[in-house]
Amino acid sequence: MIWDWEFVWAEALPPLLKVVHITVLATLYGFAIAALLGLLLALLRRAPVRVVSWPVVGFIEYVRSTPLLIQIYIVYFGLLPALDLDPTPFFAGVLALGIHFSTYTSEVYRAGIESVPRGQWEAATALNFRLTQKMVRIILPQAIPPVIPALGNYLVAMFKETPLLAAIGVLELLLTAKNTGSYTFRYIEPFTIVGVFFLIMSIVASLGILRLEDWLKRRRPG
Amino acid sequence: MSDEPIVQFQGVTKSFGDLVVLDSFDLDVAPNEHISVIGPSGSGKSTLLRVLMTIERIDSGTIKVDGDYLWHMERNGQLVPANEAHLRKVRGKVGMVFQQFNLFPHMSALRNVTEAPIHVLGMGKEEATERAVELLNMVGLSDKMDSFPAQLSGGQQQRVAIARALAMRPKVMMFDEVTSALDPELVGEVLGVMRTLATEHALTMIIVTHQMGFAREISDRICFIEGGRIVEQGPPDQIFSAPESERTRAFLKAVLEV
Repeated sequence: MIWDWEFVWAEALPPLLKVVHITVLATLYGFAIAALLGLLLALLRRAPVRVVSWPVVGFIEYVRSTPLLIQIYIVYFGLLPALDLDPTPFFAGVLALGIHFSTYTSEVYRAGIESVPRGQWEAATALNFRLTQKMVRIILPQAIPPVIPALGNYLVAMFKETPLLAAIGVLELLLTAKNTGSYTFRYIEPFTIVGVFFLIMSIVASLGILRLEDWLKRRRPG
Repeated sequence: MSDEPIVQFQGVTKSFGDLVVLDSFDLDVAPNEHISVIGPSGSGKSTLLRVLMTIERIDSGTIKVDGDYLWHMERNGQLVPANEAHLRKVRGKVGMVFQQFNLFPHMSALRNVTEAPIHVLGMGKEEATERAVELLNMVGLSDKMDSFPAQLSGGQQQRVAIARALAMRPKVMMFDEVTSALDPELVGEVLGVMRTLATEHALTMIIVTHQMGFAREISDRICFIEGGRIVEQGPPDQIFSAPESERTRAFLKAVLEV
Protein backbone atom coordinates (compact mmCIF):
# COMPACT_ATOMS: atom_id res chain seq x y z
CA MET A 1 0.00 0.00 0.00
CA ILE A 2 1.37 3.38 -1.01
CA TRP A 3 -0.42 5.51 1.57
CA ASP A 4 -0.46 4.39 5.19
CA TRP A 5 -2.88 6.31 7.43
CA GLU A 6 -1.61 4.70 10.56
CA PHE A 7 1.87 5.95 9.76
CA VAL A 8 0.46 9.39 9.16
CA TRP A 9 -1.16 9.68 12.60
CA ALA A 10 1.59 7.96 14.50
CA GLU A 11 4.81 9.19 12.96
CA ALA A 12 4.47 11.63 10.08
CA LEU A 13 2.06 14.23 11.41
CA PRO A 14 3.08 14.83 15.06
CA PRO A 15 6.61 16.16 14.37
CA LEU A 16 5.24 18.40 11.60
CA LEU A 17 2.63 19.90 13.92
CA LYS A 18 5.40 20.76 16.32
CA VAL A 19 7.27 22.89 13.76
CA VAL A 20 4.41 24.47 11.88
CA HIS A 21 4.86 27.61 13.96
CA ILE A 22 8.47 27.92 12.78
CA THR A 23 7.30 28.25 9.17
CA VAL A 24 4.59 30.72 10.14
CA LEU A 25 6.92 32.81 12.31
CA ALA A 26 9.64 32.85 9.65
CA THR A 27 7.05 34.17 7.22
CA LEU A 28 5.69 36.83 9.58
CA TYR A 29 9.08 38.10 10.76
CA GLY A 30 10.46 37.96 7.24
CA PHE A 31 7.51 39.90 5.96
CA ALA A 32 7.85 42.53 8.68
CA ILE A 33 11.43 43.09 7.52
CA ALA A 34 10.39 43.09 3.86
CA ALA A 35 7.59 45.61 4.49
CA LEU A 36 9.78 48.06 6.43
CA LEU A 37 13.01 47.67 4.46
CA GLY A 38 11.06 47.83 1.20
CA LEU A 39 9.58 51.18 2.18
CA LEU A 40 13.02 52.45 3.13
CA LEU A 41 14.47 51.29 -0.22
CA ALA A 42 11.60 52.92 -2.12
CA LEU A 43 12.24 56.22 -0.33
CA LEU A 44 16.03 56.08 -0.72
CA ARG A 45 15.61 55.30 -4.39
CA ARG A 46 13.83 58.63 -4.76
CA ALA A 47 16.69 60.50 -3.09
CA PRO A 48 17.68 63.55 -5.11
CA VAL A 49 21.38 62.70 -4.85
CA ARG A 50 22.68 59.89 -7.04
CA VAL A 51 25.24 58.85 -4.45
CA VAL A 52 22.23 57.48 -2.58
CA SER A 53 19.80 56.46 -5.31
CA TRP A 54 22.19 54.61 -7.61
CA PRO A 55 23.57 52.14 -5.07
CA VAL A 56 19.98 51.46 -4.00
CA VAL A 57 18.97 50.72 -7.58
CA GLY A 58 22.01 48.48 -7.96
CA PHE A 59 21.22 46.64 -4.76
CA ILE A 60 17.62 46.06 -5.78
CA GLU A 61 18.65 44.76 -9.19
CA TYR A 62 21.29 42.47 -7.70
CA VAL A 63 18.95 40.93 -5.17
CA ARG A 64 16.13 40.49 -7.66
CA SER A 65 18.37 38.90 -10.26
CA THR A 66 20.00 36.29 -8.05
CA PRO A 67 18.44 33.18 -6.49
CA LEU A 68 17.09 33.42 -2.97
CA LEU A 69 18.96 30.28 -1.97
CA ILE A 70 22.29 31.93 -2.74
CA GLN A 71 21.27 34.95 -0.72
CA ILE A 72 20.36 32.74 2.23
CA TYR A 73 23.86 31.19 2.07
CA ILE A 74 25.47 34.60 1.75
CA VAL A 75 23.66 35.95 4.79
CA TYR A 76 24.23 32.86 6.92
CA PHE A 77 27.75 31.86 5.96
CA GLY A 78 29.11 35.18 4.73
CA LEU A 79 27.47 38.39 5.81
CA LEU A 80 26.61 37.77 9.44
CA PRO A 81 29.88 35.98 10.33
CA ALA A 82 31.77 38.80 8.61
CA LEU A 83 30.00 41.17 10.99
CA ASP A 84 31.29 38.99 13.83
CA LEU A 85 27.83 37.65 14.52
CA ASP A 86 27.03 34.03 15.18
CA PRO A 87 23.45 33.83 14.02
CA THR A 88 21.01 31.03 14.53
CA PRO A 89 19.90 29.57 11.19
CA PHE A 90 16.40 30.87 11.90
CA PHE A 91 17.59 34.44 12.38
CA ALA A 92 19.79 34.36 9.27
CA GLY A 93 17.03 32.77 7.22
CA VAL A 94 14.42 35.30 8.27
CA LEU A 95 16.81 38.13 7.52
CA ALA A 96 17.58 36.74 4.05
CA LEU A 97 13.89 36.27 3.27
CA GLY A 98 13.17 39.81 4.44
CA ILE A 99 15.97 41.35 2.41
CA HIS A 100 15.07 39.38 -0.69
CA PHE A 101 11.41 40.32 -0.63
CA SER A 102 12.10 43.92 0.37
CA THR A 103 13.34 44.49 -3.17
CA TYR A 104 9.94 43.40 -4.44
CA THR A 105 7.91 45.32 -1.89
CA SER A 106 10.01 48.42 -2.66
CA GLU A 107 8.71 48.29 -6.22
CA VAL A 108 5.17 48.01 -4.89
CA TYR A 109 5.66 51.06 -2.69
CA ARG A 110 7.26 52.89 -5.58
CA ALA A 111 4.22 52.26 -7.75
CA GLY A 112 1.98 53.45 -4.92
CA ILE A 113 3.97 56.64 -4.40
CA GLU A 114 4.04 57.39 -8.11
CA SER A 115 0.28 56.97 -8.39
CA VAL A 116 -0.34 59.87 -6.01
CA PRO A 117 -1.30 62.83 -8.23
CA ARG A 118 1.26 65.58 -8.70
CA GLY A 119 -1.23 68.10 -7.39
CA GLN A 120 -0.88 66.57 -3.94
CA TRP A 121 2.83 67.34 -3.92
CA GLU A 122 2.14 70.82 -5.20
CA ALA A 123 -0.49 71.52 -2.54
CA ALA A 124 1.93 70.24 0.11
CA THR A 125 4.62 72.58 -1.22
CA ALA A 126 2.19 75.49 -1.25
CA LEU A 127 1.46 74.81 2.42
CA ASN A 128 5.19 74.80 3.13
CA PHE A 129 5.50 71.25 4.48
CA ARG A 130 9.02 69.87 4.83
CA LEU A 131 9.96 66.98 2.57
CA THR A 132 9.62 64.38 5.34
CA GLN A 133 6.27 65.82 6.41
CA LYS A 134 5.03 65.69 2.83
CA MET A 135 5.96 62.04 2.66
CA VAL A 136 4.62 61.01 6.05
CA ARG A 137 1.49 63.16 6.25
CA ILE A 138 0.38 63.61 2.66
CA ILE A 139 1.88 61.11 0.23
CA LEU A 140 2.29 57.79 2.07
CA PRO A 141 -1.21 57.78 3.60
CA GLN A 142 -2.51 57.91 0.03
CA ALA A 143 0.14 55.66 -1.52
CA ILE A 144 0.05 52.69 0.84
CA PRO A 145 -3.61 51.62 1.26
CA PRO A 146 -4.11 50.89 -2.46
CA VAL A 147 -1.01 48.67 -2.59
CA ILE A 148 -1.74 46.61 0.53
CA PRO A 149 -3.23 43.75 -1.55
CA ALA A 150 -0.09 43.67 -3.72
CA LEU A 151 2.03 43.53 -0.57
CA GLY A 152 -0.18 40.70 0.65
CA ASN A 153 0.59 38.69 -2.47
CA TYR A 154 4.27 38.86 -1.56
CA LEU A 155 3.39 37.59 1.91
CA VAL A 156 1.98 34.45 0.29
CA ALA A 157 4.91 34.23 -2.13
CA MET A 158 7.37 34.50 0.74
CA PHE A 159 5.52 31.86 2.71
CA LYS A 160 6.03 29.45 -0.14
CA GLU A 161 9.78 30.15 -0.19
CA THR A 162 10.32 29.28 3.48
CA PRO A 163 11.29 25.64 2.71
CA LEU A 164 14.54 27.04 1.32
CA LEU A 165 15.52 27.72 4.93
CA ALA A 166 15.95 23.96 5.30
CA ALA A 167 19.19 24.42 3.35
CA ILE A 168 20.85 26.12 6.32
CA GLY A 169 19.28 23.78 8.85
CA VAL A 170 16.21 25.63 10.01
CA LEU A 171 14.01 22.90 11.39
CA GLU A 172 10.83 23.94 9.61
CA LEU A 173 8.24 21.81 7.82
CA LEU A 174 10.33 20.55 4.92
CA LEU A 175 13.40 19.59 6.90
CA THR A 176 11.24 17.89 9.51
CA ALA A 177 9.49 15.87 6.83
CA LYS A 178 12.83 14.91 5.35
CA ASN A 179 14.11 13.81 8.74
CA THR A 180 11.02 11.67 9.28
CA GLY A 181 11.61 10.10 5.89
CA SER A 182 15.26 9.39 6.50
CA TYR A 183 14.70 7.26 9.59
CA THR A 184 11.41 5.59 8.56
CA PHE A 185 12.16 5.29 4.83
CA ARG A 186 8.67 6.57 4.10
CA TYR A 187 8.67 9.88 2.23
CA ILE A 188 5.28 10.01 0.54
CA GLU A 189 3.26 10.80 3.66
CA PRO A 190 5.42 13.51 5.28
CA PHE A 191 6.07 15.40 2.04
CA THR A 192 2.43 15.18 0.98
CA ILE A 193 1.32 16.52 4.36
CA VAL A 194 3.76 19.41 4.01
CA GLY A 195 2.26 20.17 0.61
CA VAL A 196 -1.24 20.12 2.07
CA PHE A 197 -0.16 22.45 4.87
CA PHE A 198 1.13 24.98 2.38
CA LEU A 199 -2.00 24.64 0.27
CA ILE A 200 -4.31 25.24 3.22
CA MET A 201 -2.36 28.15 4.57
CA SER A 202 -1.98 29.79 1.15
CA ILE A 203 -5.73 29.57 0.59
CA VAL A 204 -6.43 31.03 4.02
CA ALA A 205 -3.97 33.87 3.43
CA SER A 206 -5.38 34.61 -0.03
CA LEU A 207 -8.91 34.76 1.34
CA GLY A 208 -7.66 37.09 4.05
CA ILE A 209 -6.13 39.37 1.43
CA LEU A 210 -9.37 39.41 -0.56
CA ARG A 211 -11.33 40.46 2.50
CA LEU A 212 -8.73 43.11 3.31
CA GLU A 213 -9.00 44.44 -0.23
CA ASP A 214 -12.77 44.57 0.15
CA TRP A 215 -12.52 46.38 3.43
CA LEU A 216 -10.08 48.91 2.01
CA LYS A 217 -12.44 49.64 -0.86
CA ARG A 218 -15.39 50.19 1.42
CA ARG A 219 -13.35 52.32 3.78
CA ARG A 220 -12.31 54.78 1.11
CA PRO A 221 -14.81 57.63 1.30
CA GLY A 222 -16.86 58.53 -1.72
CA MET B 1 2.26 101.79 4.01
CA SER B 2 5.48 101.77 2.07
CA ASP B 3 5.57 101.95 -1.67
CA GLU B 4 7.79 98.90 -1.80
CA PRO B 5 6.07 96.25 -3.96
CA ILE B 6 5.18 93.08 -2.11
CA VAL B 7 5.92 90.98 -5.18
CA GLN B 8 8.51 91.93 -7.74
CA PHE B 9 9.44 89.93 -10.83
CA GLN B 10 12.59 91.18 -12.54
CA GLY B 11 13.67 89.70 -15.85
CA VAL B 12 12.31 86.29 -14.94
CA THR B 13 12.78 83.69 -17.65
CA LYS B 14 11.44 80.17 -17.55
CA SER B 15 11.50 77.62 -20.33
CA PHE B 16 10.29 74.08 -20.70
CA GLY B 17 12.69 72.67 -23.26
CA ASP B 18 12.52 74.97 -26.26
CA LEU B 19 9.30 76.58 -25.12
CA VAL B 20 9.83 79.92 -23.40
CA VAL B 21 6.91 80.40 -21.02
CA LEU B 22 8.20 83.45 -19.15
CA ASP B 23 10.34 85.74 -21.25
CA SER B 24 12.34 88.21 -19.21
CA PHE B 25 9.19 88.92 -17.29
CA ASP B 26 8.75 92.04 -15.12
CA LEU B 27 5.90 92.71 -12.75
CA ASP B 28 5.44 94.71 -9.57
CA VAL B 29 2.50 94.03 -7.29
CA ALA B 30 1.67 96.54 -4.58
CA PRO B 31 0.59 95.46 -1.08
CA ASN B 32 -3.15 94.72 -0.98
CA GLU B 33 -3.44 95.11 -4.70
CA HIS B 34 -5.84 92.83 -6.54
CA ILE B 35 -4.41 91.94 -9.87
CA SER B 36 -5.94 89.70 -12.51
CA VAL B 37 -3.81 88.02 -15.13
CA ILE B 38 -5.54 87.18 -18.37
CA GLY B 39 -4.30 85.78 -21.64
CA PRO B 40 -4.56 82.88 -24.03
CA SER B 41 -3.73 79.37 -22.84
CA GLY B 42 -0.01 78.69 -22.89
CA SER B 43 0.70 82.38 -22.40
CA GLY B 44 2.54 81.76 -19.14
CA LYS B 45 -0.14 82.86 -16.67
CA SER B 46 -0.15 79.68 -14.61
CA THR B 47 3.63 79.41 -14.71
CA LEU B 48 3.78 82.92 -13.34
CA LEU B 49 1.93 81.72 -10.23
CA ARG B 50 3.77 78.42 -10.03
CA VAL B 51 7.24 79.97 -9.94
CA LEU B 52 6.04 82.38 -7.25
CA MET B 53 4.77 79.38 -5.26
CA THR B 54 8.18 77.67 -5.85
CA ILE B 55 6.48 74.75 -7.57
CA GLU B 56 8.54 75.47 -10.69
CA ARG B 57 12.09 76.81 -10.70
CA ILE B 58 13.10 79.87 -12.67
CA ASP B 59 15.95 79.86 -15.19
CA SER B 60 17.10 83.43 -14.68
CA GLY B 61 16.04 86.75 -13.23
CA THR B 62 14.89 87.43 -9.68
CA ILE B 63 11.67 87.40 -7.73
CA LYS B 64 11.28 89.36 -4.52
CA VAL B 65 8.53 88.75 -1.99
CA ASP B 66 8.03 91.31 0.78
CA GLY B 67 11.59 92.53 0.38
CA ASP B 68 13.27 89.11 0.31
CA TYR B 69 14.58 87.30 -2.72
CA LEU B 70 12.58 84.14 -3.28
CA TRP B 71 14.87 81.97 -5.38
CA HIS B 72 18.11 83.56 -4.17
CA MET B 73 19.74 84.63 -1.00
CA GLU B 74 22.46 87.15 -0.36
CA ARG B 75 25.81 85.89 0.80
CA ASN B 76 28.82 88.23 1.05
CA GLY B 77 26.96 90.73 -1.11
CA GLN B 78 26.37 88.15 -3.82
CA LEU B 79 23.19 86.47 -4.93
CA VAL B 80 23.39 82.70 -4.60
CA PRO B 81 20.67 80.10 -5.15
CA ALA B 82 18.37 79.82 -2.16
CA ASN B 83 18.65 76.81 0.11
CA GLU B 84 15.62 74.95 1.42
CA ALA B 85 15.52 76.88 4.70
CA HIS B 86 15.46 80.19 2.87
CA LEU B 87 12.83 78.96 0.43
CA ARG B 88 10.62 77.83 3.28
CA LYS B 89 10.92 81.18 5.01
CA VAL B 90 9.93 83.24 1.99
CA ARG B 91 7.43 80.72 0.63
CA GLY B 92 5.45 81.09 3.84
CA LYS B 93 4.34 84.55 2.76
CA VAL B 94 2.59 83.19 -0.29
CA GLY B 95 -0.43 80.91 -0.61
CA MET B 96 -2.13 79.33 -3.56
CA VAL B 97 -5.44 77.83 -4.62
CA PHE B 98 -5.37 75.37 -7.51
CA GLN B 99 -7.63 74.66 -10.44
CA GLN B 100 -8.05 71.03 -9.34
CA PHE B 101 -8.46 71.93 -5.61
CA ASN B 102 -5.83 69.36 -4.57
CA LEU B 103 -7.41 68.78 -1.18
CA PHE B 104 -5.91 65.94 0.81
CA PRO B 105 -8.41 63.13 0.21
CA HIS B 106 -7.56 61.22 3.37
CA MET B 107 -8.37 64.11 5.68
CA SER B 108 -11.66 65.73 6.69
CA ALA B 109 -12.32 69.30 5.58
CA LEU B 110 -11.39 70.49 9.05
CA ARG B 111 -8.11 68.58 9.08
CA ASN B 112 -7.25 69.81 5.62
CA VAL B 113 -7.32 73.28 7.14
CA THR B 114 -5.58 72.53 10.46
CA GLU B 115 -2.82 70.20 9.24
CA ALA B 116 -0.35 72.79 7.97
CA PRO B 117 -0.87 75.37 10.74
CA ILE B 118 -0.21 72.66 13.33
CA HIS B 119 2.75 70.96 11.67
CA VAL B 120 4.31 73.78 9.67
CA LEU B 121 3.58 76.82 11.83
CA GLY B 122 3.70 74.87 15.08
CA MET B 123 0.33 76.21 16.17
CA GLY B 124 -1.44 74.45 19.06
CA LYS B 125 -4.19 72.07 18.06
CA GLU B 126 -6.91 74.05 19.80
CA GLU B 127 -5.91 77.35 18.29
CA ALA B 128 -5.59 75.82 14.83
CA THR B 129 -9.01 74.19 15.13
CA GLU B 130 -10.59 77.40 16.35
CA ARG B 131 -9.16 79.32 13.40
CA ALA B 132 -10.10 76.59 10.94
CA VAL B 133 -13.70 76.65 12.18
CA GLU B 134 -13.72 80.42 11.71
CA LEU B 135 -12.37 80.12 8.18
CA LEU B 136 -14.74 77.33 7.21
CA ASN B 137 -17.57 79.49 8.55
CA MET B 138 -16.38 82.33 6.41
CA VAL B 139 -16.47 80.20 3.27
CA GLY B 140 -19.92 78.94 4.26
CA LEU B 141 -19.03 75.36 5.16
CA SER B 142 -19.66 75.24 8.90
CA ASP B 143 -21.83 72.15 8.37
CA LYS B 144 -19.21 70.28 6.32
CA MET B 145 -16.24 70.27 8.70
CA ASP B 146 -16.19 66.51 9.12
CA SER B 147 -16.85 65.65 5.49
CA PHE B 148 -14.12 64.19 3.34
CA PRO B 149 -13.27 65.83 0.01
CA ALA B 150 -14.92 63.03 -1.98
CA GLN B 151 -18.20 63.81 -0.20
CA LEU B 152 -18.11 67.47 -1.23
CA SER B 153 -19.09 69.15 -4.47
CA GLY B 154 -16.40 70.84 -6.54
CA GLY B 155 -17.48 74.25 -5.31
CA GLN B 156 -17.37 73.12 -1.70
CA GLN B 157 -13.94 71.53 -2.20
CA GLN B 158 -12.61 74.71 -3.70
CA ARG B 159 -13.92 76.73 -0.76
CA VAL B 160 -12.18 74.36 1.64
CA ALA B 161 -9.02 74.85 -0.42
CA ILE B 162 -9.34 78.61 -0.02
CA ALA B 163 -9.78 78.23 3.74
CA ARG B 164 -6.79 75.89 3.83
CA ALA B 165 -4.55 78.40 2.08
CA LEU B 166 -5.78 81.29 4.25
CA ALA B 167 -5.07 79.33 7.43
CA MET B 168 -1.35 79.82 6.74
CA ARG B 169 -1.87 83.59 6.89
CA PRO B 170 -0.18 84.39 3.60
CA LYS B 171 0.40 87.99 2.60
CA VAL B 172 -0.13 87.13 -1.03
CA MET B 173 -2.86 84.78 -2.24
CA MET B 174 -2.78 83.31 -5.71
CA PHE B 175 -5.76 81.83 -7.50
CA ASP B 176 -4.95 79.64 -10.49
CA GLU B 177 -8.09 79.32 -12.62
CA VAL B 178 -9.95 78.26 -9.51
CA THR B 179 -13.35 78.03 -11.20
CA SER B 180 -12.26 76.34 -14.43
CA ALA B 181 -12.87 72.81 -13.18
CA LEU B 182 -16.29 73.63 -11.73
CA ASP B 183 -19.75 73.02 -13.11
CA PRO B 184 -21.22 76.38 -14.14
CA GLU B 185 -23.75 76.47 -11.30
CA LEU B 186 -20.95 76.12 -8.72
CA VAL B 187 -18.79 78.97 -10.01
CA GLY B 188 -20.78 81.63 -8.19
CA GLU B 189 -20.20 80.31 -4.68
CA VAL B 190 -16.42 80.30 -5.16
CA LEU B 191 -16.35 83.75 -6.74
CA GLY B 192 -18.53 84.94 -3.84
CA VAL B 193 -15.89 83.88 -1.34
CA MET B 194 -13.17 85.57 -3.36
CA ARG B 195 -15.25 88.74 -3.54
CA THR B 196 -15.56 88.73 0.26
CA LEU B 197 -11.81 88.29 0.57
CA ALA B 198 -11.15 91.14 -1.83
CA THR B 199 -13.52 93.60 -0.20
CA GLU B 200 -13.33 92.78 3.50
CA HIS B 201 -9.75 91.67 4.05
CA ALA B 202 -6.35 93.25 3.61
CA LEU B 203 -4.78 90.76 1.24
CA THR B 204 -2.75 90.90 -1.92
CA MET B 205 -4.46 88.80 -4.56
CA ILE B 206 -3.05 87.57 -7.85
CA ILE B 207 -5.78 85.96 -9.89
CA VAL B 208 -5.42 83.97 -13.08
CA THR B 209 -8.89 83.67 -14.51
CA HIS B 210 -11.11 83.36 -17.54
CA GLN B 211 -14.01 85.04 -15.72
CA MET B 212 -13.67 88.43 -17.37
CA GLY B 213 -16.67 89.97 -15.63
CA PHE B 214 -15.34 88.94 -12.24
CA ALA B 215 -11.84 90.15 -13.06
CA ARG B 216 -13.19 93.51 -14.08
CA GLU B 217 -15.28 93.80 -10.94
CA ILE B 218 -12.72 93.04 -8.23
CA SER B 219 -9.35 93.92 -9.78
CA ASP B 220 -7.34 97.07 -9.33
CA ARG B 221 -5.34 96.13 -12.36
CA ILE B 222 -5.56 93.74 -15.29
CA CYS B 223 -2.48 92.25 -16.93
CA PHE B 224 -2.86 90.78 -20.38
CA ILE B 225 0.03 88.46 -21.05
CA GLU B 226 1.00 86.52 -24.09
CA GLY B 227 4.16 84.70 -25.08
CA GLY B 228 5.54 85.04 -21.55
CA ARG B 229 5.42 88.83 -21.52
CA ILE B 230 2.98 91.51 -20.43
CA VAL B 231 1.42 92.89 -23.58
CA GLU B 232 -0.72 95.44 -21.85
CA GLN B 233 -1.75 96.33 -18.32
CA GLY B 234 -3.91 98.91 -16.64
CA PRO B 235 -7.11 99.55 -14.70
CA PRO B 236 -9.97 97.21 -15.67
CA ASP B 237 -12.01 99.92 -17.36
CA GLN B 238 -9.15 100.85 -19.61
CA ILE B 239 -8.25 97.28 -20.55
CA PHE B 240 -11.80 96.13 -21.16
CA SER B 241 -13.19 99.30 -22.73
CA ALA B 242 -10.27 100.85 -24.50
CA PRO B 243 -7.42 98.41 -24.93
CA GLU B 244 -4.45 99.91 -26.74
CA SER B 245 -2.88 96.77 -28.09
CA GLU B 246 -4.25 95.01 -31.12
CA ARG B 247 -3.47 91.66 -29.41
CA THR B 248 -5.51 92.57 -26.34
CA ARG B 249 -8.41 93.62 -28.50
CA ALA B 250 -8.33 90.39 -30.45
CA PHE B 251 -8.13 88.28 -27.27
CA LEU B 252 -10.97 90.11 -25.54
CA LYS B 253 -13.09 89.96 -28.64
CA ALA B 254 -12.57 86.21 -28.81
CA VAL B 255 -13.32 85.46 -25.16
CA LEU B 256 -16.20 87.91 -24.70
CA GLU B 257 -18.04 86.70 -27.76
CA VAL B 258 -18.31 83.12 -26.62
